Amino acid sequence: MLKRTPLFALHQQLGARLVEFGGWEMPVQYSSIMDEHQAVRTAAGIFDICHMGEVYVQGKKAGEFLNYLLTNDIKKLGVNDGQYSLMCNDKGGVIDDLYVYRVAAEGFLLIINASRIEPDVAWMQQQLAAWDGAKEVMLSNESDRYGAIAIQGPAVAKFIDSAFQLNGQQGPSALKKNQLGFYKLQGEEFFVGRTGYTGEDGFELVGSADKISTAWVHLLDVGRPYGLKPAGLGARDTLRTEVCYPLYGHELTEEITPIEAGVGFFVSLDKGPFIGRERLALQKSTGISRKCIAFKMADKAAPPRPGYPIWSGGNDSQKIGEVVSGTQSPSLGIGIGLGYVPPDFSKPGSAIEIEVRTRKFPATVVQKPIYRKPD
Amino acid sequence: MSNIPSDLKYAKTHEWVRIAGEIGVVGITDHAQHELTDVVFVELPTQGRKVKSGEACAVVESVKTASDIYSPVTGDIVEINQAVVDNPALVNSDPYGQGWFYKIKLASASEGSNLLSADAYKSQIHA
Repeated sequence: MLKRTPLFALHQQLGARLVEFGGWEMPVQYSSIMDEHQAVRTAAGIFDICHMGEVYVQGKKAGEFLNYLLTNDIKKLGVNDGQYSLMCNDKGGVIDDLYVYRVAAEGFLLIINASRIEPDVAWMQQQLAAWDGAKEVMLSNESDRYGAIAIQGPAVAKFIDSAFQLNGQQGPSALKKNQLGFYKLQGEEFFVGRTGYTGEDGFELVGSADKISTAWVHLLDVGRPYGLKPAGLGARDTLRTEVCYPLYGHELTEEITPIEAGVGFFVSLDKGPFIGRERLALQKSTGISRKCIAFKMADKAAPPRPGYPIWSGGNDSQKIGEVVSGTQSPSLGIGIGLGYVPPDFSKPGSAIEIEVRTRKFPATVVQKPIYRKPD
Repeated sequence: MSNIPSDLKYAKTHEWVRIAGEIGVVGITDHAQHELTDVVFVELPTQGRKVKSGEACAVVESVKTASDIYSPVTGDIVEINQAVVDNPALVNSDPYGQGWFYKIKLASASEGSNLLSADAYKSQIHA
């Protein structure tokens, strides 16, 4: 039986097409992926992300424990700051990628992937139990108690404040990127972080699961005059692929390290010991055997899909890797993708080939992100 | 509401064929294009290829997925619609007209006799 979010009935009313995702029955699209994608790039889109997990880590040594558990340096976070981080195993493979928000001096909220809630929580509990300061850290999985909404696009900052009862408080539009605040919406308190997964300005709201549909309906009402539309997982995937944000299970797995995935920026080797550090330090100094590249199809071609072979091209073309994410880019009108190849083939500008149903189509390795917002 | 012209024959797999003499014109239904949404790529069989009814012979790709298209009839491909290859959105905008896929020379006069009528197809998709 697939799990349903508190917004399920609203999705049905909106005529969403529903699909399975990470054990959840989620909206993949309402109108069309193209339409919703363009709404987010040019105006605004609202996404159900209630399936994502929330874990609270609190206590005197919460920060210290998280700095041992995760790759980024938590000491950089003041209260009300957030950061992207990764949780690795002993071999540097990624257990999950996540957002950490410092909601209090000794309190952190972790937003984790829906499909990874169980393995993450099991790993965190196991690591905590074996950790010296375990008595001074409290870890609680709040995933069932909370719901969450992402609201993304260049128009969002124009209307987001008017959705909340501010009573003199500055609204979410005053937040800097990766900052968070708490705001009241129809009497209910919501956590709001200025972040997202689309390459656009935007916010993510977290609140009590039984009040999240109130927030969804209210935000849609407030944002509709600005072009706000409900957007599904289909557009979420095309948006994040264009800006090369990794998706767990595609660019990231327990066998792939953050260095290989190209998110080494979020690995802080100088912060002290943490799980996976040895392997990641070795990779940073001696190099890697595969690297996550971004590519564009050279001209009209079938859209690349996960699992398609990547070839080196040329007369003695050899199989060099595999596509892990791929789609038609709604913004660029051509096929784009991400894949793993040896570093020798990873230079932007390199010609490669993507095999689609036994035919090989020319493609070019490009700089990340594939899509950049016009200035 | 899907458009289901009464002069066409339909396959359960959502292809249509318009038979005139020994030639059939093949495409996908309005219902199918609606389910696929934005078609971004169409791959058609080569001219001269022999296909059997029920054989996968074309591919339609939306943003999200690739779907096989099965020939509703047996015969030889005599012409393909280059316009739909160049502009796949024709499948969405005009599935029974400019969005046709290929013309096929039917293997026998009885080709298409086991396909669905418009009414039968309509009840299949609960339109």
